[in-house]
Amino acid sequence: MRYLCLIYDEEKKFAAMSKGESDAFMGEYFGFTEDIKKSGHYVGGNALQPVHTATSVRVRSGKMSTTDGPFAETKEQLGGYYLIEAKDLNDALQIAAKIPSAKTGTVEVRPIQEYN
Amino acid sequence: MNSDTRSHDGRSPLGSQAANTSGADVGAVIDDVYRTESRRVLATLIRLLGDFDRAEEALHDAFSAAVEQWPRDGVPASPRAWLVSAGRFRAIDALRRRARFDASLAALATQLEGQSAAPVEWIGEETLEDDRLRLVFTCCHPALQPDAQVALTLREVCGLTTEEIAHAFLTAPRTVAQRIVRAKAKIRDARIPYQVPDRHELPDRLDAVLRVVYLVFNEGYSASSGATLTRHDLSGEAIRLGRLLVDLLPEPEATGLLALMLLQESRRAARSLNGDVVLLDAQDRTLWDRALIAEGVRLVERALGTRPPGPYAVQAAIAAVHADAPAAEHTDWAQIVGLYDVLLRTDGSPVVELNRAAAVAMLEGPAAGLALIDAILARGDLQEYQFAHSARADCCRRLGRVEEARTAYTRALELARQEPERRFLQRRLQDLASLVGFGLWALGSSWL
Repeated sequence: MRYLCLIYDEEKKFAAMSKGESDAFMGEYFGFTEDIKKSGHYVGGNALQPVHTATSVRVRSGKMSTTDGPFAETKEQLGGYYLIEAKDLNDALQIAAKIPSAKTGTVEVRPIQEYN
Repeated sequence: MNSDTRSHDGRSPLGSQAANTSGADVGAVIDDVYRTESRRVLATLIRLLGDFDRAEEALHDAFSAAVEQWPRDGVPASPRAWLVSAGRFRAIDALRRRARFDASLAALATQLEGQSAAPVEWIGEETLEDDRLRLVFTCCHPALQPDAQVALTLREVCGLTTEEIAHAFLTAPRTVAQRIVRAKAKIRDARIPYQVPDRHELPDRLDAVLRVVYLVFNEGYSASSGATLTRHDLSGEAIRLGRLLVDLLPEPEATGLLALMLLQESRRAARSLNGDVVLLDAQDRTLWDRALIAEGVRLVERALGTRPPGPYAVQAAIAAVHADAPAAEHTDWAQIVGLYDVLLRTDGSPVVELNRAAAVAMLEGPAAGLALIDAILARGDLQEYQFAHSARADCCRRLGRVEEARTAYTRALELARQEPERRFLQRRLQDLASLVGFGLWALGSSWL
């Protein structure tokens, strides 16, 4: 079964890191990604640019409206995701717990809806 | 749960009765089997059928079949195995019938039929007991909401009806039903596995299970609001769950929790008089249940074997020290303060600190206790906690500081939600004028 792991963390924490700290943090991410590729859990994943680059789109009564930024002001922002293949929720949670940002932010684990 | 139903080797004691049982007797046997076996059969059917609702339907069908066939054919040698077989067979049959309208069910039926094709009679006791444990851990999975964990456990593991659960928790049956439906949907859709956690996950997952059990117990022991002080049925269910866990998974903290529940339960008859609260120091100790105390003490000794001892074991040890005192004035307060010190180190919280302060007030006097309580309140912790104010009031009363005592009792009364506790605080306020009586106000259930 596939699960999407949505990674929420405070952007300003990352922005405040020194060069050495952010290198170490990225190193952890590369290591983690390598590990789940080897274990066969990895399907895909990406980091996102900061929320100030986000744009929200809505269509109401056939009319498109475009607004700057995400919908809500929250402390933690969506910063990236992994799509993983896992046996069940326990397996997925074990993987999610190893995502480096789980130590500082929150990882939301959502099963993918399969249509067949 | 009952050792007598676990010890046999595949042949149920019921089997020997089959030859000479009349119709009415068979009805009684079926009732009995339902009471002792239905939760076990359900736990196994959930594993075999991979779905809670399908398993419940199969359980129902299996008992319907028993009512039909046992009076005619006799009670099978192993009713449990018979029921699992019948339930599984009927579930697959039902899927096949529905497959005429939904082709995907045909594949599922074939898959279920292929799995575990071995006769159910071959399944050992151990596998069946593992199924019960799988059910407990699934119902108490941390990915489910805490309220839903409690409701699902009482429904599936204990077999309570939705109405019974709703009544016990003073909620609408509709709300409970909704929680259970949502929880089952999450188990199915997010694929929460039906398994006992791995060794490395076990401590955390067991904590979650014990939390559910203790929550159920406390809800029964000291109902959080309403007119009655205790709701016996829930405490009984929690103790049954505790025994089941100790039976299936004798971990020290499971043993500690069972000990704690038994020791608290032992004081039930003495805790209230005509619906009014009777504090630990004023209780008639001849009303304490000695059998429960003896069992609780034995279990505490077992639970304290690990280093450091877990929080349930330490709380049980505190309850055991109280149980050991022939009269309130013989209580070994030094040992109790020492145990609270241990608890503070392993599982500290402001409430534990407050309980320790109250024990210090008994060991060293009210002035020492009051200083500690005031320090906790000054930090801003427990300002909204009824028992912090009543403990402060009690120390002030014993020191003769009547006005301060009155203010603190009044604050406690504002925060108290339970009728018997409110009456108790009102009596204390009335008594203040004459300053009679010497007592220690309760700090949560360990003092009651």
